[in-house]
Amino acid sequence: MNWVWFHRFGSPPYFYRFAGRWAPWFLGIAAILAVVGLYGGLVVAPTDYYQSDVFRIIYVHVPSAYLMMMTYCWMAVVAAVGLIWRIKVAHAVAAACAPAGAVFAACVLVTGMIWGQPTWGTYWAWDPRLVSSLFMLFFFLGYIGLRGAIEDRDRADRASAVLAIVGVVNVPIVHFSVDWWNSLHQGPTLMRSDGPAMPMSMAWPLLVMLAAYTFYFLAIMLTRARAEVLRRERGGTWLREELARLEVGS
Amino acid sequence: MREFFDMSGYGSFVWSAYAIAVGSLLLNVWMARRQLRAARDEARRRIAMQENQ
Repeated sequence: MNWVWFHRFGSPPYFYRFAGRWAPWFLGIAAILAVVGLYGGLVVAPTDYYQSDVFRIIYVHVPSAYLMMMTYCWMAVVAAVGLIWRIKVAHAVAAACAPAGAVFAACVLVTGMIWGQPTWGTYWAWDPRLVSSLFMLFFFLGYIGLRGAIEDRDRADRASAVLAIVGVVNVPIVHFSVDWWNSLHQGPTLMRSDGPAMPMSMAWPLLVMLAAYTFYFLAIMLTRARAEVLRRERGGTWLREELARLEVGS
Repeated sequence: MREFFDMSGYGSFVWSAYAIAVGSLLLNVWMARRQLRAARDEARRRIAMQENQ
C-alpha cells in the first residue's frame, strides 16, 4: 500500500495550503446541511407522543454530544501520532481540537440541562452520563490549561498529548454509561443493535444534523490548525510566499 | 405561526437550547478566524524582525 499521500500532511506548507483550500468548502456544506436539518427538525418532524415538542432539543443536543466525543477521539489520535512519530503538524492539529471541543462539551451540558428540566423535573442530577460528560469538558479545559502553563512548545505538545491519551478512557464511559448503570438519561436513539428507536420522519433531520456538525468540525479544526502551524513556523520561504500572496490578494 | 413558536408550551426550553447551540457554533467560527488572523500578523512581525537584523 502506498502511504505517500498520508505523509504529505506532515509537511507544514502542504497542510497549510490544503487546509486553506478545503475549510471554506466544509463550512459551506455544513451551513447548507444545518439549514436543511434544522428545518426538518423544527418543522417537518412530527411532535413526539411522550415528550411533545420539547424532544426537538435532540436535533442540537445529540449532534453536539457526538461532536464532543469525536473531537476528543480525534485529538487523542493525532496527539498520539505526534508523540510517536514526532510530527509537528499532528501536534498542531491536536492543539486545534481542544478549544472547539470545550465549546461543544459546554453546549452538550447546557442543552441537556434545558432538556432535563421539563422531562426529568431537574436541570442537573449526579448521574453517570451527566458526570462523565462534565469530566470530558474538564479534560478539554485541562488540556488547554496545561498547554498554556508550559512555555516551551515542544514540551507543551508532549505533556498535553499524554493528557489527551489518558482522557480517552472517559470516551467509552460517556457512551456506554446509559447501558452500564441505571441512568436517568434516556438510552441511545440511533446507535442501537435493533435499529433506530424513532421513525424515519424524526430520524432523518438528526442524521442530516450529524453530517452538518461533522463538516463544521472539519472546517473549524482545519482553520485553527492553520493558525497553530503558523505559530510553529520559524520563517520558512513558503511562509514568506504565502504571506506575500495574501497581501497582494487583499 | 404562533403555534410553531409556542412548541406546545415548551417554547422557552426549545428556543433557548437552539439559541445556545447556534450561538456556540457561530462563536467557534469567529474564534477560529480571529486566531488565524492573529497568527498571520504574528508571523508577519516575526519575518519583518528577521529581515531587519
